[in-house]
Amino acid sequence: MGRVSSGNILLLVFTLIAACAWAFPLYWAIVTSLKPEAEVVGSLSLWPQTVDLSSYIFALFETNLVRWYVNSIGTSVLITAIVIVISMMCGYALSQIVFPGRRMLFLVVLASFMVPSQALVVSQFVLMHKFGMINTWGGIILPQVIIPVVVIVYKQFFDSVPRELREAAKLDGCGEFQILFKLYLPLNWGITTALSIITFIMAWNNFLWPFLVTTSEEMMTVTVGITQVGDSFGVQYARDMAVAVMAAMPVAVAYLIFQRRVTQAIMLSSGIKG
Amino acid sequence: MLLIAPFVICYLVVFAYPVYKMFAMSFTDAPLIGEGEWVGLDNYIRMFQNKLFYTSVYNTLYFVVLTVVPNTLIGLGIAMMIVRLNGWVQASILILFFMPYILPVTVVTQIWQWVLDQQFGIAQPLIEAVVGKRVSVFRDPFWAMPMVAVVTIWWTNGFNVLLFVSALRNIPRDYYEAASLDGATRLQQFRRITWPLLWPVTALVLTLQLIMQLKIFDQIYLMTQGGPFNSTYVLLQLVYREAFGRNQGGYASAVAVALFVIIVAVSILQYQLLKARGK
Repeated sequence: MGRVSSGNILLLVFTLIAACAWAFPLYWAIVTSLKPEAEVVGSLSLWPQTVDLSSYIFALFETNLVRWYVNSIGTSVLITAIVIVISMMCGYALSQIVFPGRRMLFLVVLASFMVPSQALVVSQFVLMHKFGMINTWGGIILPQVIIPVVVIVYKQFFDSVPRELREAAKLDGCGEFQILFKLYLPLNWGITTALSIITFIMAWNNFLWPFLVTTSEEMMTVTVGITQVGDSFGVQYARDMAVAVMAAMPVAVAYLIFQRRVTQAIMLSSGIKG
Repeated sequence: MLLIAPFVICYLVVFAYPVYKMFAMSFTDAPLIGEGEWVGLDNYIRMFQNKLFYTSVYNTLYFVVLTVVPNTLIGLGIAMMIVRLNGWVQASILILFFMPYILPVTVVTQIWQWVLDQQFGIAQPLIEAVVGKRVSVFRDPFWAMPMVAVVTIWWTNGFNVLLFVSALRNIPRDYYEAASLDGATRLQQFRRITWPLLWPVTALVLTLQLIMQLKIFDQIYLMTQGGPFNSTYVLLQLVYREAFGRNQGGYASAVAVALFVIIVAVSILQYQLLKARGK
């Protein structure tokens, strides 16, 4: 037994060191953001000798960061709401209602998993231009509202709701919308939270599409906007790191609070039961 | 019907139509915005005669080679360390490894540009120790792509770790207990129990990685812009440059079709493989 446990301690120490090394760039970014600019390039001390918040103050008041926050929060919340509502309704129909073309729709949604949305950016840009939506929230949001896997996950979850509940609700004279929102949705709050958080994080982190569709700094999302800070003010690492930390904060906090849900959503959307 | 209408309408407008439009545009000489003339296969002929196209295909494949298998193996290694821990220690270590995955790509690239900065980067002493001098990694044709790969692995590895951890947890403990009673070594246990039982997940991770890394663009654009000397120029960047830099909507669509076809082919292959294994 003694040998095993000392082996375990060795493993624990090794794992700890590996984990700290892995997370070190994150730590280093935060530390850098708290140093005054002169100290950043002056020494490689692992701890700020003087904690200095001027980089954050600069980020908040001298750049468009607040504006980008508004854009990111607005578009990500709307994308999440739209994705969840339309996918849930479609998943419910696929799961519970018999209608012509149901099997066909299911296969089409499944097949869409394969389509790389990155290959579509040119034609989506042309389309948004036709709609007059370049450089608007609508333009940022619309091409991001189709996430086929959300439909499939909802379908699977609704499939496992006992049939009797639905029959009983039908006898009480409930319509399909009522059954969905009053019965199926409350029964599946957990998965709805999980899918919402992961959709929000994905929308917040999306770079390519918002980068293409926004043409002025005022319309950019945080993820796109932070690249502008270095471009327009010159590279100053404390400042760049402060901006990066603030850009990452909302998703990082969302993950830390809803860790279990994030994990579950990631497993489900890769086809593994969570 | 009202239930499926919103999804179906959105799907047709922002998904199905762009797919059609991409194919349609690839047969015209259309600029990015505006109509073009039908030119048949000209764009494709031009593509297959373009040296930069082959460079991008080569670099994309090079990137895939640098990331897919290493990222999967590193993920498996980390997961195997993590599952042997318990309780809150395990949970917090998992967080440390997973955190990068949920960060926006621009945050990741900014952090690494700082870490690898030639003058002040904290990783430079390490590089100096290995190769004897400081290297401006993103301006060096030899270093640029491998470093983009390192950053990508750091960024995305948490996903693989998560999948492997849950798969490892699903392997019943009794198997290992029985094996060690029979005197099997750790290595034998791994080869006879862990690896075979884990294979479905490993295959899944490998193919998910493959599809994801074929679509490489963001990190490259943000860190090297395809340079130096096109040494990191990739397919999606060719699409981007032709469409938005040179206003060649038709030609850009043809390259996009090529990327589309490659990824769909890989996905179908993946599906067949998984199905074959399921039987």
